[in-house]
Amino acid sequence: MNPTLTEIIRDGLWHNNPGLVQLLGLCPLLAISGTMVNAIGLGIATTLTLLLSNVLVSLIRDHARPEIRIPVYVLIIASIVTAIELAMNAWFHGLYLILGIFIPLIVTNCAIIGRAEAFASRNSVPRAALDGLMMGLGFTGVLIALGALREVLGQGTLMANAHLLFGDWGHGMTLQLYPSEHGFLLALLPPGAFMAMGLLIAAKNWIDSQFEAEPSTTDDETATATEASPDNA
Amino acid sequence: MRFRTESSPHMIPAHSVGGVMQQVLMALVPGTLAMAWFFGWGVLVNVVLAVLFAVAFEAAIVAARKRPVMATLGDNSAIVTGWLFALAVPPLTPIWVTLIGIAFAIIVAKHLYGGLGYNPFNPAMVGYVVVLVSFPREMALWPAPDTLSEMSLGLGQTLQTILTGSLPAAMDWDAITRATPLDAMREGLGAGRTVSEITTNPLFGTFSETSWEWIGNFFLLGGLYLLFRRIIHWHIPVAVILGVAIPAGFFWILDPDSFASPAFHVFSGAVIIGAFFIATDPVSASTTPLGRILYGAGIGVLIFVIRTWGGYPDAVAFAVLLMNMVAPTLDHLTRPRIFGRERRGPPPGDGHG
Repeated sequence: MNPTLTEIIRDGLWHNNPGLVQLLGLCPLLAISGTMVNAIGLGIATTLTLLLSNVLVSLIRDHARPEIRIPVYVLIIASIVTAIELAMNAWFHGLYLILGIFIPLIVTNCAIIGRAEAFASRNSVPRAALDGLMMGLGFTGVLIALGALREVLGQGTLMANAHLLFGDWGHGMTLQLYPSEHGFLLALLPPGAFMAMGLLIAAKNWIDSQFEAEPSTTDDETATATEASPDNA
Repeated sequence: MRFRTESSPHMIPAHSVGGVMQQVLMALVPGTLAMAWFFGWGVLVNVVLAVLFAVAFEAAIVAARKRPVMATLGDNSAIVTGWLFALAVPPLTPIWVTLIGIAFAIIVAKHLYGGLGYNPFNPAMVGYVVVLVSFPREMALWPAPDTLSEMSLGLGQTLQTILTGSLPAAMDWDAITRATPLDAMREGLGAGRTVSEITTNPLFGTFSETSWEWIGNFFLLGGLYLLFRRIIHWHIPVAVILGVAIPAGFFWILDPDSFASPAFHVFSGAVIIGAFFIATDPVSASTTPLGRILYGAGIGVLIFVIRTWGGYPDAVAFAVLLMNMVAPTLDHLTRPRIFGRERRGPPPGDGHG
């Protein structure tokens, strides 16, 4: 019944990825993935929220009465998001202004309360923490992939405005791949976000189907690869 | 003596898909030549490029889907898609814009949905809207019709412009491009001038601009040929044109200074080619008689609404795509009575279907 640590990692990053498989939190995912820096910023904030909320929910799992557990989770998540919002306002003010309403809206990200209810409330603190971290990283990974895709297509850059996230030396991180006057505007607009998301999901399903097609060789490889990963982590 | 029993269908359709598309292509020729007469070589170069790209993408994606390539290319639908796309974009559109638009039309709008017959949206219009939304600068460069422009580009110069995306030396875009009648009307009304002031401009002919009127006439000729050959039915084109003209006429009668005449609306931009060639796409349009009328009327009204109050000067592509979304519902709601049956349920006196 209880998943192993390997399974927690594998689920969060790939098999049960909140962005690509559960399709949770699509609103911030699609709205904020216009550039890579925005995506990283929101990804970090969401990951922190997931990690902290999973830990806290797991800590009180024996004390909260089942009748009132959902309001308790909401309060916990709201407090954490408020703290993160204040922290971002203090230290990453430029990014805070760009992300705007989507930082407070992390509260409503279904992935977070979903993990609290489905996982953290039934597992020990370390396992809940690992799950929160891996789900957050999986979500961040999708955000970054989508952000990179849309930024390259839309304005021909990578890591534009990196100074908002990394301070002054971030100015040097921006890559200009081609002149931005010919940017593919559609990629930056909402329909482009939906299309890019669809393509990412299709790519994931295609990769999965490739692994399923040749079980004899590839299963061993994935098994060894994922067994090795917890040690590395 | 043996009598062989044939199973249905007993009546073989008069037209194959490839044959229908061939007729459509033939019907497009006069309008295309008229456009080339007024707007120069660019129209023809674009048609050739877009058709080549469309066929190449179609072949590639069909091969990738492991379907028979030659049989699919034989239905000629990719050629029609490329051709219509080329007529929609400005004649000096850079080659890479055409490439991106056609790629979207064939790969995303057509084959990701399952290929010809499964696409809910008109592929050529999807491709056009993608480039229209993405590259507003390139999509705004309509050259002045040759009869009015002082400079005109030869074939070589046109090719150079399209392939490199920049004009030959000693020419600039301001000298050879000009607002289309719809742009002029839109900007003029926005600047507070009246319709009669705008149309006193020598560029305007009887209804709209001379060149656009004649292009419309020649597409109308092609459309009538399609009607005559029964490739298309009258419902959609008539409904589209009335759908534009009736609301336009209503507002024009109320306030002829602020609203252009219905004739201007019908003979400007893409209404004629849209009514006969784009809205009648057999795959993405409604298929029942009443459904076709509602579908066409919806397109017409949307064209008028978006032109008058929307953000773009012309709206045929947007209107067609919006109504494509409604078409399956229209088909469902307007199913005709099956012969021998009542409107709902089984035939009279028979409990079984």
